[in-house]
Amino acid sequence: MSDTQLAWVVWAVLLPLGGIVVNLVVGRRLGEKGIGAVASLAAGGSFVLSGLLALALLQHPEGGIYRLATWFNLGSLTVDWSFRVDTLSVTMMLVVSGVGTLIHIYSIGYMHADVRHNGDPQRFRRFFIYLNLFVAAMLLLVSANNFLVLFVGWEGVGLCSYLLIGFWFEKGEGGLGNARAAKKAFIVNRVGDFGLLIAIFLMIGAFGTLDFDGVFAQAAQAAPALLVAITLFMLLGVTGKSAQLPLFVWLPDAMAGPTPVSALIHAATMVTAGVYLVARSQALFLPVPQAQAAVTWVGGLTALFAATIALGQYDIKKVLAYSTISQLGFMVAAVGMGAAVAGIFHLVTHAFFKALLFLAAGSVILGLEHGHEHAGEGHDPFDPQDMRQMGGLRKRMPLTFAVYLVGALALAGVAPLAGFFSKDEILVAASERFPVVFGLLLAAAFLTAFYMGRQLILVFFGEPRSKAAHHAGESRPLVTMPLVVLAVFSALGGALNLPGLHSLEHWLEHSLVGVKEGHFVWAVALGSLAVALLGLGLAWLVYGRRAPTEQDALARPLGPLYRAFERKWWVDEFYRLVLLRPLGWLAQVLAGPVDLGLINSLGDGLGQGSQLSANWLRKLQNGLVRSYALVVMVGVVAMFAYLLWVR
Amino acid sequence: MTITYYLALSVILFALGAVGVLVRRNAIVIFMSLELMFNAANLVFVAYAAYYQLINSQLFVFFVMTVAAAEVAVGLALMVAIFRTKHSIDVDQMSALKG
Repeated sequence: MSDTQLAWVVWAVLLPLGGIVVNLVVGRRLGEKGIGAVASLAAGGSFVLSGLLALALLQHPEGGIYRLATWFNLGSLTVDWSFRVDTLSVTMMLVVSGVGTLIHIYSIGYMHADVRHNGDPQRFRRFFIYLNLFVAAMLLLVSANNFLVLFVGWEGVGLCSYLLIGFWFEKGEGGLGNARAAKKAFIVNRVGDFGLLIAIFLMIGAFGTLDFDGVFAQAAQAAPALLVAITLFMLLGVTGKSAQLPLFVWLPDAMAGPTPVSALIHAATMVTAGVYLVARSQALFLPVPQAQAAVTWVGGLTALFAATIALGQYDIKKVLAYSTISQLGFMVAAVGMGAAVAGIFHLVTHAFFKALLFLAAGSVILGLEHGHEHAGEGHDPFDPQDMRQMGGLRKRMPLTFAVYLVGALALAGVAPLAGFFSKDEILVAASERFPVVFGLLLAAAFLTAFYMGRQLILVFFGEPRSKAAHHAGESRPLVTMPLVVLAVFSALGGALNLPGLHSLEHWLEHSLVGVKEGHFVWAVALGSLAVALLGLGLAWLVYGRRAPTEQDALARPLGPLYRAFERKWWVDEFYRLVLLRPLGWLAQVLAGPVDLGLINSLGDGLGQGSQLSANWLRKLQNGLVRSYALVVMVGVVAMFAYLLWVR
Repeated sequence: MTITYYLALSVILFALGAVGVLVRRNAIVIFMSLELMFNAANLVFVAYAAYYQLINSQLFVFFVMTVAAAEVAVGLALMVAIFRTKHSIDVDQMSALKG
């Protein structure tokens, strides 16, 4: 590829930053439409450039590296601002900028209503600035050519996530709920980032370089123990960013952010950064089966664990959040067992249908808020995200229902929608390499279908269970148009890597190492389809036949188990007891006895000591000239005595 | 005559001057005692100059005399100024800058 073509990647990263500058400088005068248009055009421009790069890659699939500048030289370590254009990074760029652009457009309509509902229209501009910043950071993350530039993007998206979760920072439980959720996301991610940083330091120490090619070339000869250490620390970073066990707790709380944020950052793109990292670093994972097994087990367990919690949630976005964690578990398991193509495939299709589901959920929320105001109950406390308040929206929001149905069926893995093909590939790979994890994933797939069926029935079927739901209305075209586009992608996304053609696999094998020929196993495919249909059917049996009550229909038959789902297996409580409580106690000790007691009295003592000695010494300054003369005399005599006798 | 006598005389003069500086309170007398100490030193200089047949130490005597004269000029001017404000030249009362 020529250098001019490679330079497009830099422009793709810089365009959203340009959007920020424009909105910062003249945004106030542009009005809402103008701000939204600038931000969307910036993201759309990145998408066009990514598309051009993809076209160029069709001619030269080996890609290339664009070196912008040297960042720093430190001894023998040189780190460049360099960008990598290959099939993997461009695939990620297309997903990020493509889904990102659609969500930008959707946000123009959604945030118009949201800023008014929350009573601060001035915040409209801030939202789009943050959103553009996120797109820039995410594009930097996926197009970086070394681990440090990747880390810059990694931290950048974390920052944007924090800013956007806390977008309504003065709202939420007790006026602090959203701010607390933002802090939680940031701090939990920090634990993971610490792992990634250690992995980077280990790589500097062992390989003396951070460039992908340099690191991966030396990985084959490296000591296995070293690789295990690097990959496990990297896994810690992955569990933080991609919300896996044991660091997944921040993602459900992150739903405090506006819905487009949940769709873009906490479902489609940012949380998949961990999956991308493992896929990119396959060369480090392949020589050490122990690390591969660890990643696979983390993914498999997370997939099942989060799916059980999703069964017990009533908040429409919380269900989707746990579903995201569960699906991320599928991807992490896939890249862990070396089926990186399947993992990336599921990442892409998941970006389509999960963004679709979140945005459609946002449309439902808008509809309910609209209905709530229409019903004349404007000031009553009302949670527009509570599925118990919904029902019967099928007839009131037909377009939203149609796209939601497509997204839910794609997520459940019903053929021939996108999710079926990508999930099937992961299941096939698991059935060959990790039979137990295969069982976990299959169970998770069943639960996925079940909770999506439950959600569909609770939200769209039956009779309206509140006045707001009764008066709900369809959203504006600006909101529904991106939904339709995403629904088309969700329906047809499986065509990316159809069995027999494997076009995505042939596309990615230029940049991924250790790609194994994927194949189609009828038994697994039919089995996963049967499991999906079984889950949906069972959901209909449990929830569809009679009107849902305040208590969930499963609560009685499952008893304490359901209570565990509802309470999220008490993980938050457990962390509070095991981590937060002792740490808080330690902080108390450090602040009280140690800081106020020891360190403070040390400082005070120094001050008092010098004051005391000064009080004593000032007596020498008695103002009598003759006593000064005596001191001088004695001094001179002493000096002479010293010079004469001692030396 | 040996040099010892000169040195002894010089020591006596210097000690007298030093004691004068330390015990007297009148600024004028303190000045005179200082002059006594200077001249004790001058005496040592000229004694050694004669003893070693050197011109350098005689030169020093002139320097000391010149500087002493200048110092007295400044010192006496200060005394006059102080006397105008305090109506006294008792050095024990000059303690306005005491900390």
